[in-house]
Amino acid sequence: MRYGMAIDTKKCVGCSDCVVACQLENHVPVGYARDWIVEVTEGIYPNLALEIRSERCNHCDNTPCVRTCPTGASHIIEGGIVKVTHHECIGCGACIQSCPYDARYTHPEGYVDKCTFCDHRIKNGQDPACVSVCPTHCMYFGDLDDPNSEISRLVNTRRTKTLAPEAGTKPQIFYLI
Amino acid sequence: MKEEIITSGRLNPLIDPVLNVWHWEIPAYLFLGGLSAGLLFFASLYTIMNKEKEYSTAVKIAPIIAPIAIALGLIALMLDLKHPLYSWQLYTTIRLESPMSWGAWTLMAVMPLSVAWVAIYLDQVFPKVDRRPNIILKVLFMVIRLKDEEDENGINWEYKYKWMRDLKNWIFKNRVTMAWILMPLAIILGVYTGILLSAFNARPLWNTSLLGPLFLVSGISTAAATIMWLTESKEERVLFSRIDLVMIIVELFFIVHLFMGFLASSEVQIEAAGLFLGGHFTAPFWGLVVVMGLIVPGILEALELKGFHVPVAVPAALILIGGAIFRIIMVEAGQITRWLY
Repeated sequence: MRYGMAIDTKKCVGCSDCVVACQLENHVPVGYARDWIVEVTEGIYPNLALEIRSERCNHCDNTPCVRTCPTGASHIIEGGIVKVTHHECIGCGACIQSCPYDARYTHPEGYVDKCTFCDHRIKNGQDPACVSVCPTHCMYFGDLDDPNSEISRLVNTRRTKTLAPEAGTKPQIFYLI
Repeated sequence: MKEEIITSGRLNPLIDPVLNVWHWEIPAYLFLGGLSAGLLFFASLYTIMNKEKEYSTAVKIAPIIAPIAIALGLIALMLDLKHPLYSWQLYTTIRLESPMSWGAWTLMAVMPLSVAWVAIYLDQVFPKVDRRPNIILKVLFMVIRLKDEEDENGINWEYKYKWMRDLKNWIFKNRVTMAWILMPLAIILGVYTGILLSAFNARPLWNTSLLGPLFLVSGISTAAATIMWLTESKEERVLFSRIDLVMIIVELFFIVHLFMGFLASSEVQIEAAGLFLGGHFTAPFWGLVVVMGLIVPGILEALELKGFHVPVAVPAALILIGGAIFRIIMVEAGQITRWLY
């Protein structure tokens, strides 16, 4: 079991529905965000290329945040999901410093918080909130270890990229390009 | 042309628009920790070398600063924690891959040892106390009591309880063994202040193993400057002035190598080095850290050794201020270096 996500940059329109869905589903405090939209414009007007990406924690295979955590609050659960145990977190900021994606933040209550792939939803067989609300169906969530899953087929047959792979983190969110 | 912007309005406090999770607390701790590491290193080194008499400031007096500095540093670290009530969680586990776990356990070991070190020499450094108790004395009366012998300089004192006196004598007898334990711990503490930063591969400016030795040498240099400033013996001052000069040269050598390494590395590290080579931090780094904090005191110390009269406070204070600014700049600049956007 290896959960991952594939996001089709050709289908994403940057509506931010995933951002709002996450904030509602996970009671993200006002002013904070666990996922976000990045727009990349390349070229010189009028010859421009646009890429829109919905970004979040990459639930990396090689996790600098888990490695640098001094208490073990940052940990990996089944399926490779990176989570934070709130009552073990001292709020030192080491994991925030160690994340190349700046995917973590300090919750106003003091502990560090981040995307959980909505593990409370996937336990019940549902998709993460961001995936389930996407109006263009540009996000796919599933088991990368299962060769017959939709996400495996997409990642294997389409051209993909990951974010900052040179940081060595082995991200598990694949952007279809 | 390439423009990357976050359009969903992510404005996570302390993360956006640029990462700024760590403020003055971390550089303050790095400075105080490095200084204490250096002071304890010299104290144990000259105890092992059996030079307690010749270099009594290094062995007996300067280490008094260490537990005070570590305590202040720990207070700074606690202030930095956003979930401080859970800080005991540091001591429920040992995580070998996490530098901060190493640091927490090292501090746990160094703190009592440094207090013990100060305690065994306290009656030699301050053999008599004043008749009229001041505030510090009132606190000390929890652990000391006055003896009967009294002369015009004050009253002799001893530790209040018999077990304290026995413990003190036992540690004093075994102080060479203690020095052997303290020295590696002091080195780990000094290296840790740099490794803490260098373990973060996400911050290209910090992500170089050279930071460990660089911070260690800088900490030892600030300690040598402190001892040089405190001592009244000419022999000791000359020795620590020489040691400091060597440390300054090693530090300059490391700084050159730091930038050579960055410029020969990947794009993110070249950009990180750019902050100091024409970017925002160029003037404070080269002006305040390298020239004011290393080269000028180095020249002053060399002149002093040549026989010119230079007030020792000047190079010593410059080294200490330079060391503090160095850590502030490294922590500030490192946080704005990144991989994306």
